[in-house]
Amino acid sequence: MSAAEEIVTEAAAVEAVPKRAMTLGYGTSLVVLAALILIPLFVKNFIIFQMTMLLIYALAVMALNILTGGSGQFSLGQSAFYAVGAYTSAILMEHAGMNYALTLPIAGIVCFGFGFLFGQPALRLSGVYLALATFALATAMPQLLKLGYFEHWTGGVQGLVVTKPDAPFGLPMSQDMWLYYFTLAVSIGIYIASVNLLRSRSGRAFMAIRDNEIAASAMGVDVALYKTLAFGVSAGITGVAGGLGAIAVQFVAPDGYTIQLAISLFLGMVVGGVGWLPGSIVGSAFIIFVPNIAEGISKGLSGAVFGVLLFLVIFLVPHGARQVAIVAQQLAAKLKKN
Amino acid sequence: MELFANQVLAGIATGAIYACMALAVVMIYQAIDHLNFAQGEMAMFSTFVSWQLMQWGVPYWGAFVLTVAFSFAAGIIIERLLFKPLAKAPILTNVAGFIALYAIINSVAGLIWDFTIKQYPTPFGSSPFLGSQLISTHQAGMIGITLLMLLLLFFFFRFTRVGLAMRAAASLPESARLVGINTSWMIALGWGMASAIGSIAGMMIAPVVFLEPNMMLGVLIYGFAAAVLGGLTSPFGAVMGGFLVGIFENLVGTYIPGVGNELKLPIALALIIVVLVVKPAGLFGRAIVKRV
Repeated sequence: MSAAEEIVTEAAAVEAVPKRAMTLGYGTSLVVLAALILIPLFVKNFIIFQMTMLLIYALAVMALNILTGGSGQFSLGQSAFYAVGAYTSAILMEHAGMNYALTLPIAGIVCFGFGFLFGQPALRLSGVYLALATFALATAMPQLLKLGYFEHWTGGVQGLVVTKPDAPFGLPMSQDMWLYYFTLAVSIGIYIASVNLLRSRSGRAFMAIRDNEIAASAMGVDVALYKTLAFGVSAGITGVAGGLGAIAVQFVAPDGYTIQLAISLFLGMVVGGVGWLPGSIVGSAFIIFVPNIAEGISKGLSGAVFGVLLFLVIFLVPHGARQVAIVAQQLAAKLKKN
Repeated sequence: MELFANQVLAGIATGAIYACMALAVVMIYQAIDHLNFAQGEMAMFSTFVSWQLMQWGVPYWGAFVLTVAFSFAAGIIIERLLFKPLAKAPILTNVAGFIALYAIINSVAGLIWDFTIKQYPTPFGSSPFLGSQLISTHQAGMIGITLLMLLLLFFFFRFTRVGLAMRAAASLPESARLVGINTSWMIALGWGMASAIGSIAGMMIAPVVFLEPNMMLGVLIYGFAAAVLGGLTSPFGAVMGGFLVGIFENLVGTYIPGVGNELKLPIALALIIVVLVVKPAGLFGRAIVKRV
């Protein structure tokens, strides 16, 4: 009696999000896209750079969202995958002289493999313990990157400097603007692929595992395979984001990829709304701009301000930006009726 | 052979740190069915409180008792205010809450006491223990206190009404409520105890790793590695795991060239992964059987 009861009363790891609620409507997507394409034409280079970072972090947050919102697994180790992607790109560009665009798919594949392998032992853990194991991965990563053995390639503590690419075909664009549009194109491609993935057979398998593992395996879903696959896909996308990040910042160093980054990405996901892919960009804006605001309020207390804001989100809008969007939609519908 | 024996002894001494933390991790998971990420930070904060008390002239043991009482109360207050409303929320929300707490405590401690490294006194002295250069009286005292805590907790959960009620509330909350146990307060009590154990661990660890806001990060990871090795379901296993991890760390550092302090965290990570792949239940844990 007891065993059966335990399973029934066990709280779900992640709240179930219906498949349709994971994306934006057609019209809204076009408006957002138009804004993303047009804004850089009218702003300064520094803001373009910040927008590039916004897209890059949005990609990383979305990757985590696929893992958590899709398959119901936690990860506080995304910074490790981000670091591997960044280093793969940087090393290929600086040591092998490869074109920056070609390094991204390689970074993605390397990270996919890394994530898939890490997913194997992670299968044994669930919930909070999985979060702690990935936390260990994230804290260990900077030390691994500093290792003397790899210093020839990674540059050790000093890191590597990456050259910023020029706009191709003699396009009259600044480097920052070119990089922004390049990042935008990559992000849109990955976003569409992710939406399609979640709507496919594999995506349904992820969600079945998230909602009820036992029922999913009874339906013939290979739980172990799809769980590790989710880890792999998530790590792969994070790796591409890491590669883009290395090119945008023009620098990789071990201390750029600490647990702080992993926590930020996790917060971005919670703020954006777990399981709502467009929320990733809202979450990304939160993790880029809020630390600045927090530092403006009080220099020493930026971490505390961050934490308090997070508590406010948890208590007031537990579904993050998705909830805000739904409320806004309902208001709009009401206004139309009147 | 003498080098080996010495390293094992030194390993036991460092292992006591991990054993302390692993005990807190496992014990509390058993009692409240939740693992608190901010555990290490709460312990760090408590240790700072005791340091501050000593700066104000309170003698060591007075500060010790006051700090444990303070931590117990603080743990209960945090649970009542912040985590009780989240009891029905998905685990994800709880993890986010733990992280928020982690950020807040770390930042506040940094603001009040800044990030410089501070010396922390030990009540046991730091002379060599029984003539051995490798293990100091402080480390011996730390091992003693860890074992004493383990024993007390064992008796508490085994033979007292409250301990039994806590176990009941953790394993079958519904049935526990039916027999009149206030499960909600049992969880608060668990938080208080976790916080109190953490503060003792913090005060024992601080003389070794020195006092600063980030002192618990590595210890928490090692404590978790120890808990995984010993088996997440067994407090005894957690303590044994702590000592084994300490010995392992020392031996690897001695016999494998090129492995130094810089590889501390990767070793813990590798250990976690290997144990999970080879023997997921740990050395002393029981395999979890799920009815399908």
